[in-house]
Amino acid sequence: MSHLHLPTPISKKFFTPGVIVLSVIALNGIIFLLGRFFFGIGSVTNLNDQFPWGIWIGLDVAAGVALAAGGFTTAALGHIMHRDKYETVIRPALLTAMLGYTFVATGVFVDIGRWYYIWHPLVMWNGNSALFEVGICVMIYVTVLYIEFLPIVTERFIGKVNLPGFLSRFNKFIDRLLRALDRGLSKTMFVFIIAGVVLSCLHQSSLGTLMIIAGPKMHPLWQTPILPLLFLLSAFSVGFPMVIAESLSASRSFGLKPETEVLSSLSKFIAPLLGIYLIGKIGDMVIRETFVYLAEINFISIMFGIEIIIGVIVPLRMFLSPEVRKSPTGLFIASMLVIFGVVMNRFNNFVTAYNPPYAVESYFPSIGEISVTLGFVAIEILMYRLFVMIFPVISIPSTKANIKTKYAIRGVAK
Amino acid sequence: MSQNRRDFFKTIAAIGAGGTALSAVTPKKNIAAPENLLSTERKGVLVDTTVCIGCRKCEWACKGAHDIEQGNYEDYQNDKTFETNRRPSAKSLTVVNQYFAEETPATIKLQCMHCDHPACVSACIVGAFSKVENGSVIWDTDKCIGCRYCMVACPFQVPAFEYEKALDPKIAKCDFCYERTKVGKLPACIEICPVEAMTYGKREDLILEAKRRIKNYPDRYYDHIFGEYEVGGTSWLYIAQKDLVSSVFPKLGNNPAPGVSESIQHGLFAYFVPPIAVYALLGGIMWLSKDRETKKENT
Repeated sequence: MSHLHLPTPISKKFFTPGVIVLSVIALNGIIFLLGRFFFGIGSVTNLNDQFPWGIWIGLDVAAGVALAAGGFTTAALGHIMHRDKYETVIRPALLTAMLGYTFVATGVFVDIGRWYYIWHPLVMWNGNSALFEVGICVMIYVTVLYIEFLPIVTERFIGKVNLPGFLSRFNKFIDRLLRALDRGLSKTMFVFIIAGVVLSCLHQSSLGTLMIIAGPKMHPLWQTPILPLLFLLSAFSVGFPMVIAESLSASRSFGLKPETEVLSSLSKFIAPLLGIYLIGKIGDMVIRETFVYLAEINFISIMFGIEIIIGVIVPLRMFLSPEVRKSPTGLFIASMLVIFGVVMNRFNNFVTAYNPPYAVESYFPSIGEISVTLGFVAIEILMYRLFVMIFPVISIPSTKANIKTKYAIRGVAK
Repeated sequence: MSQNRRDFFKTIAAIGAGGTALSAVTPKKNIAAPENLLSTERKGVLVDTTVCIGCRKCEWACKGAHDIEQGNYEDYQNDKTFETNRRPSAKSLTVVNQYFAEETPATIKLQCMHCDHPACVSACIVGAFSKVENGSVIWDTDKCIGCRYCMVACPFQVPAFEYEKALDPKIAKCDFCYERTKVGKLPACIEICPVEAMTYGKREDLILEAKRRIKNYPDRYYDHIFGEYEVGGTSWLYIAQKDLVSSVFPKLGNNPAPGVSESIQHGLFAYFVPPIAVYALLGGIMWLSKDRETKKENT
């Protein structure tokens, strides 16, 4: 490594014009959310008996889970395959995954009719249900993500616990607790890292199984028994673009130098992954002969076209070009296109493709639904900003002596 | 369509599905309910839509049996109702609609079909739905979390949800009057029907009866018993003057609705072998690549 990068809490002003705009969007979402809790789902959403699921499931949950894939893909690359140079992107990806899944869980919480029974799947099992599998895996994985994040918390506070007032008597105890946690975790972390990857593979694919049971209600362009495989492959493809887009936005926002070198070598993996996904998608279309539906130009085929051309083929071509991979702008645009493609894909699978019998009019999300979804995104970005200012997540070039050994790679017996 | 899908799926499974755990999927048929629940004794209803006069007494009786605000019976005798194509909802678990058979109006009662292999039972995250021995598909409201996956899954688009309720919204659908049949009574709609448009009995017998009617009165009936084979068979069976598919019911295959998803689900998790195998594989990779790092450091 040419120069040393060290994860450090960012010390910048929290409130900027951007933050204020995000806060307004967040507040607007929260207001509609309160409406949902006080007056019922029907008062805020356009859902009805024909369209039971809208964007809260299609975007907040399904796309949210996919976009949090950076967590497990970088963990697999950095920790499991031990590609050390990617270490600097693992922590931001882990934080995004942690926040992302927290909001996925929140999304489910606000969408289900009886939110106070959200714990039911823990004790009432139905192994035949794809949703049960997704639910259980996500619950366990959220826990695993929090455990994976704990070493960053201990690193931040060991030797620095300084509670105000009478609470100060607990300082020593908490410090000892943190040290014990840290010791225990550094020996066992590999268990959680592998579990995180396995759990991710499981529920990313099961998310694809979800809509299969809708059968003929789902448009044949998307309805296929290999949906689980396609969902898994698309999650693989979007992991690194998320990490790249997010790293570039963060460095821009905090006025840091973009880590172009690491990111461009990370971007080498994206084209092959997208290629495999595209082969799966087109192969499926050829085998099931669903390409006939593309001959008719309508809303469905246009949505499919946008998803495949803008969301997969264009970025695939971009990531094959060395010039694009070397330029931060090129990397950012190409990554955003992949992200857009996956969001489109989840939206199409859950909303566009779903065509129930007897529907009188088609579903379009209400202002309330859109507000809540945007609000969640805004809150997530604000939380990210807050977290990277409190905890050592983002690596910045350091002139200090090499002190990375203790906390750099967690849970890997050295 | 579904046949193609199944074949394609087998092909994919055979070539190993790109090395994923999908290869563990076997084409064996998984069903939502245990086989013994589909006893030959299970009950059903034969709806003869050529007999139905559209009096909507069944709607009224159904509400009464399920503690739903009934209103006056006189209000039901309003032909204006037939101008809209209604669907079963939380406020009315069964509805009578008008459709046109050979230009002449006919009426048809709709409610949950009580599938033999119910998609809702398979889909429900907490197992709130169950198919019981007498053929009814019932649900346990206390388990329900309101995720509405049953509504996504149901091929007939039957379960309804109380969207307007902030607290305790329920999934609602016809329960085949389980509370009444348990004590030997007829379902409320059947008991009240003044023209005996519906026949309650053993599903097997009803199919024989339907076949007999179709054979004896070929001018009166279209030669198809809707529900005999659709989505693996339903407890409610319909005979009518014309084909009900597409005019009243969606076009559905004869495979059980939850078949494909359950095969995939059980394939991915066959005795937890695939997840554990992936875990072991990743652990192995982690262990092996650890050495590469130390080698690099030493050089």
